[in-house]
This record gives sequence, C-alpha cells and structure tokens, in this order.
Amino acid sequence: MGGVINAVIQPEPPGLMLAMIQNGPTQMVSGNIFEGLLRYSPKLEPQPELAESWSVSEDAKTYTFKLRKGVTWHDGKPFTAADVLFSIEMLKQTHARARANLVQVDKVEAPDDYTVVFTLKQPFGPFLGIFEVGSMPMVPKHLYEGTDWKTNPYNNAPVGTGPFMFKEWQKGSFIRLVKNPNYYEKGKPYIDEIYWQIIPDAAARSVAYETGKVDVLPGGSVENFDVPRLSKLKDTCVTGAGWEFFSPLAWLWLNNRQGPLADKRVRQAIMYAIDRDFAKDVIWNGLGKVATGPSASTIKYYTDDVPKYAYNPAKAKALLKETGYKGEKIRILPLAYGETWQRWGEAVKQNLMDVGMNIETISTDVAGGNQKIGDWDYDIAFTYLYQYGDPALGVGRNYVSSAIAKGQVFNNVEGYSNPEIDKLFADGAVATPDSKRKEIYDKAQKILVEDVPVAWMLELQFPTIMRCKVKNLITTGIGVNDGFKDAWLDK
Amino acid sequence: MLSFVAQRVVKGVIVLLAIVVLNFFLIRLAPGDPAVVMAGEAGASDQVFVQQLREKFGLDKPLPEQLFIYVKGIATLDLGFSFRQQAPVSKLIMERLPATLLLTLTAFAISLVLGVLFGTFAARFAGTLLDTAITIFALIFYAMPIFWVALMGILLFSVTVDWLPSFGYETVGANFTGFAHVIDVAKHLIMPAMTLGLFFMATYTRMTRASMLEVKRLDFVKTARAKGLSDGVIQRRHVLRNALLPVVTLAGVHAGTLIGGAVITETVFAWPGIGRLMYDALLQRDYNLLLGVFVTCSIMVLIFNLITDLVYRLVDPRIEFAA
Repeated sequence: MGGVINAVIQPEPPGLMLAMIQNGPTQMVSGNIFEGLLRYSPKLEPQPELAESWSVSEDAKTYTFKLRKGVTWHDGKPFTAADVLFSIEMLKQTHARARANLVQVDKVEAPDDYTVVFTLKQPFGPFLGIFEVGSMPMVPKHLYEGTDWKTNPYNNAPVGTGPFMFKEWQKGSFIRLVKNPNYYEKGKPYIDEIYWQIIPDAAARSVAYETGKVDVLPGGSVENFDVPRLSKLKDTCVTGAGWEFFSPLAWLWLNNRQGPLADKRVRQAIMYAIDRDFAKDVIWNGLGKVATGPSASTIKYYTDDVPKYAYNPAKAKALLKETGYKGEKIRILPLAYGETWQRWGEAVKQNLMDVGMNIETISTDVAGGNQKIGDWDYDIAFTYLYQYGDPALGVGRNYVSSAIAKGQVFNNVEGYSNPEIDKLFADGAVATPDSKRKEIYDKAQKILVEDVPVAWMLELQFPTIMRCKVKNLITTGIGVNDGFKDAWLDK
Repeated sequence: MLSFVAQRVVKGVIVLLAIVVLNFFLIRLAPGDPAVVMAGEAGASDQVFVQQLREKFGLDKPLPEQLFIYVKGIATLDLGFSFRQQAPVSKLIMERLPATLLLTLTAFAISLVLGVLFGTFAARFAGTLLDTAITIFALIFYAMPIFWVALMGILLFSVTVDWLPSFGYETVGANFTGFAHVIDVAKHLIMPAMTLGLFFMATYTRMTRASMLEVKRLDFVKTARAKGLSDGVIQRRHVLRNALLPVVTLAGVHAGTLIGGAVITETVFAWPGIGRLMYDALLQRDYNLLLGVFVTCSIMVLIFNLITDLVYRLVDPRIEFAA
C-alpha cells in the first residue's frame, strides 16, 4: 500500500472550488477533495458516500437521507446535516445544473444532525441521480457562511471531506494532493499522494507517459491517434469504463430555423449521408458506438426501437432531390478541441459534399465557436454533451421549446419546437412508476429520431490509459472524476 | 543623460497609454464572450448564470466605463482581476515571471554569445569551409519552425536516449533542495533554452557575419593594418566593435519580446511561464489577464528600448544623447 500516482490533467483547471466551478478538469481533481451524498455504480445504481442510507416515501415525494457519522472536514470540524442544508442553498446560486436539478424540491430540512429530508413538489423520477460529487458537492458551512464566496480564501485551498487533501498548486506545473489520514473509511485511501501534472501539448503528454513520468492519462488527455500506440506499450492497461454517468454523446447541431435545414428531409438526408462507422473506426480508432438517437445506450430508458439511418448516400441524394435543394451554401463549424475533432469535421464535410451539398467550413477557436452557436449563427455545428444518466437531466434540455434561449450553448440550440415532445419530457420527469416513464421516453425517442432535430453521431468513449500496476482506479460510473479512493499500486 | 532618460520615460508613458487603449478595444473585437466561455466550461448554463458572470466581472457596463475603470486601475499599478482564474492579474503574472525570465534570458544569452562568436568566425574565415559550415548550421535553425525543433529534441533526447526530461520546470515530487535543485532545474532548462536560443542564434550569426564583412572593407581598417596592428587587435577592437551596432539593435528588439515571446516553446515543454498564461487567457477571452500580460510586455519593450539606446552610447561613443 502507499505510493504516488502521477496523472495528467488537461487543461489546467481555473480553480478547484467545485461548488463554484464546474468544468471537467476541476471535477477530475476536486472529485478527490470533495464528496457528494451518493456515488453511482457503472450501472448507475446509487451507492452510499456521505449518506449511508436513504429511503423514499410511498408517494415518492419525500426522500430521507441518513448521514454517515464520524465524518470530518479536512480541518477537523465535523460534517453534519447543517453543511448539507448550507451547500444546497449555496449551489442554488452558484451551480447552474444543481439549480435545475433542484427545481422540484419544495423544502429541505434537518430534523437532527445526521438526517436530511427533501420534500418534493411532485414526484421527480431522476431525483436519486443528482447527488454525485460534481452535481452536488458538499461545502463546509463553517468556512463559507457569511463570507463573500467569490473571494473566499478557501477557494484556493479547498477543504472537503474527501479521501485526499489539497496540498499545493504550482500554477502551470502541477497540483498536489495528499492522503487524508482521518478518512472515514478505515484504511482508505491506499495511495499517499497524487500529482496532477499540467502539460499543455498533446504530443508532450504522450511522451510524458512513454518516458514514465506519468502513470495515468485520463480519458481525453491524448489525441486519439496516439491511443493505439500507447496502448501497446509495456505494462499498459486501457479501459473505456468510468464514463457511464456522463455518457458523452456527440452530435451535429442542425439549425432548424433557416435555409435548407429547416426541411426535415434535408436533415434526414444528412443522417444518411454521413458514414458514422467510418468516423468510429478511423477517426476514433474503433472507440465508442454509433448513436441511434437522443439518448446514449448507457443511460436510463434508452431504446433502439427507433427509425434507423444506416450510411446510404444514394438515399440521401434522393431525399435532397425531393426537397429541391439547389446547392445553397451550408456552413459547418467543427469543434476546436484538437486534431481528432478537426479530422472529423473534414470527414463529415467530405460525406456531405459527396451527396451534392455545398459545404463551407468555418474555422474558429472554442470561444468564437461558442459565440456563433449561442447566437444561432451557424448551419451545422459539432458538439458533445453529457447526459447525466437520465433523460430528464441530460436529454430533454436539448429538445424542449422552453429551452430555446439565445446566448447559451447547452440548451435547445437547434431551435426545434414540437408541442408533443414538450409534453412528453414534462410528463416523463414526474411520472411514476418507472414503467410509465419508460413508455413516455420510448415514444419521445421515436418522434425525435424521425424528426432529426440534430444529427446524432457517436456515443464517445474516452479511454483511460494507465500503467497496469495502478489497480482499482475506476470503480464507479463516474470514473476518474470520482476520486482515487479505491485505487492502489501493485508493487 | 538624465534629461534624456526623463524625456524617454514621459514618452514611454504616453505610448503605454495608447497601447492600453488600443489593446482594450482590439481584444473585444474578437468574437467570443468570456461569460459564455465560462458558462460553457461549466457544462450547463442558463440566463441567470451568464448574467451573474457578466455582472461579477463588470462586463455588463458600457465599454467606455469599463475602459475608464481599467485605466484608473493601471494608474495605481492594479492590473485588475482575472475572470477565469479568480485571482489578481498581477499575482498571476508575478507567479510566472521567474520561470519565463529564466528561460528567455538563458536562451538570449546562448543566442547572443554563440551568434556573435560564430558570426565572427564566419567573417574571419569568409569563403572557407568553416564559413560555409557555420552559415548552413545557422540557416538550418533559422529555417526550422521552433515547435519542430522542440519535438525532434524531445524525440531524440527524451524518448530515444533518455538524457533530458521532456517537460516541466523541475522533477515533480522529487523535492530537491539546494544544489540538487539547481541541477534539476538546469536539466529541465537545457532543451527549451536551446530550442529558443538556436533560432535567435542564427539571426545573430548572420547579422554579425554580414556586418563584420562590411566593416572590414572600410578605410580605417586598412589604416589600422598599415599601422602594423596585429590581426587579433584589428578584429576585436576595430572591426567587431563597429560591427556590433546592428547586432545591439536586433538584440534590443528581441529583448523586448522576451516575456511574451516564448509561447510555443513554453507550450511544447510545459514550461510554466507567461507565454502560456497569455495563450490560455486568449483562448478563454480572459480580457483582464490578457491585457495585463500585454501591458507588462509593452513596459518591457519600452525599458529595453531605453537600455538599447544606452548601450549604443557605450559601444559607440560618437552617438550623442539626442532626444
């Protein structure tokens, strides 16, 4: 037992205060420092973390959590129900996703120090799925209450209840975490220290692994074309596990508002025209899975009983001809996330030109691209989004008409509006029992796949590459984003 | 001389103000809204969230007011607050300054010493095999893009022979102290400093060579020879000293860009310097941080221009301090 893990973090997180900064790298590092009430298995079943048990009332409107006793913050103060109540109030102001997740909550109470009771306005199917550390991190009340949160000094030296404690951050070089000796699960964590190394160049990250300077390359930290080469190195293990909760799904935003893409048949033609197996096999090196519709196959209520769009350029051409498309220019906006995405943009452009579409690529960086998408100033744009395990949390937001709002990049950017879909997603979130929810989402998926509001591409897989001596690194559906508390090094 | 310096400082402040105003608007001309970028990174956003961010960073105020607040801050040496990193800009810059200066000053020294040395040899033995060899050597490093040299260096010295570390400023986790720490940092420094240094070395070599050949043809060199001075004295005291003026000019220009000029080298070698800070700030549309780096770089350019003028005077006493 013991030892040090060197892992890559890319890009350098802007800060580590998870309750206030929710970007990917922040969660990857801070998932070790902070904790949520629950974790989720790879099958997304809730597991105890700071809550040791929970129960749901008959009418599915009251959820009671029993907190673990003997848990302390890294500064030694006890963790109690008061911290939970405070965290929820804070997150409602600082965490857009938490605010949306908590919309059905009528009140939260703490009858004693180790019990928290949530009362909902109406039953909310995905409720037990919103307690993971990134979605609802617990914040120390005694350090944040009554302070200006933005400038609180503990933002730069975060204090959590997690298995590792923040020790040092050399900006531009590394973040160092050390074992929490008073962690409530006796004997854990097994690792003494974690160094998160900051290496901005993708090729240099690969070299750092090759030369033995880092042991773990979390999903997405090297270019895909390097994955097969690195996987073959001695003592190297690769896993695609640990992304089940997020289930990143890649698609093309299609601007439903204007031009040829306003016609459903043109959007269907795009689905037929794009060789998604090629993208998976060549551009993503065989990783991932061709998407069948708005839900990834790893989240709840997924169905593949939907219309299918196998690669069929002839059919695409026929559909385009039917619509009277006359070669109007269509702009495509690739995602500026590096070489893999660049290549994918080129492949899709080629596919679409092969069926007679007049495609122009727009080049921009991430900020410029976000602005164009948020301003609806695009025809086709690449994206990928997390789904958070349940269609009510991570799918509906992209298709319901109430989520059409300019200036944002994760809502209904395509401008699709269908009262039937609006109703289905509204009903699905609050329906009981489960079988009823399934019925509703089955129907929604069928309608959406028929209408093609966006062009679904791939269920992405971000392989984690590591030395085989690193054991049990990924044990939950949140993977490396959930902390290294179970990991150990084989001597 | 004092009035010369004073006048230059006053002019410098005016130039600086112009730079600040220009950059302030230029940055905002680029598409991309910092609030949307940050909301984007958060993985979820709603109107409330984006509006909160805008208010928090004063981005909801009219542009002239934002400019006024910024300039007022600069006057009191306050470079503002970084939106994204949630820290004062001056603190972020000061954190990175030592690493950048270590890298760029080392590279600068390497390039200047080697460049002048090689250039002198090339000129001294003009037309010989040595001259051709030096010229080709210099041309190769001048022609190859820095990122390419960097990657080839990593492949050779880190991956193949494993002599030098491929990234970073020090061995993370080794906690060396004293002399061992110096050696450790030096090992990490060699590749980035050489990569950056060899590129600039090439320009100095060629400049020194050309300039010396030109000076050599002048009458006063003939006179020196006629007086019977030794070749070494002529080369050092008469030719080199006169030939150095254009090299000093060039070095002055390069020195001004030392702070922000190593973006690529710093990125490839994961060197925690200001170039990278600036690059990240640009991608994030972190206006205050970006402006802060620009202002710091501009001040450096102004200071080095002043130093260059003073060095001129040392190298060539004929130059007066004419303002």
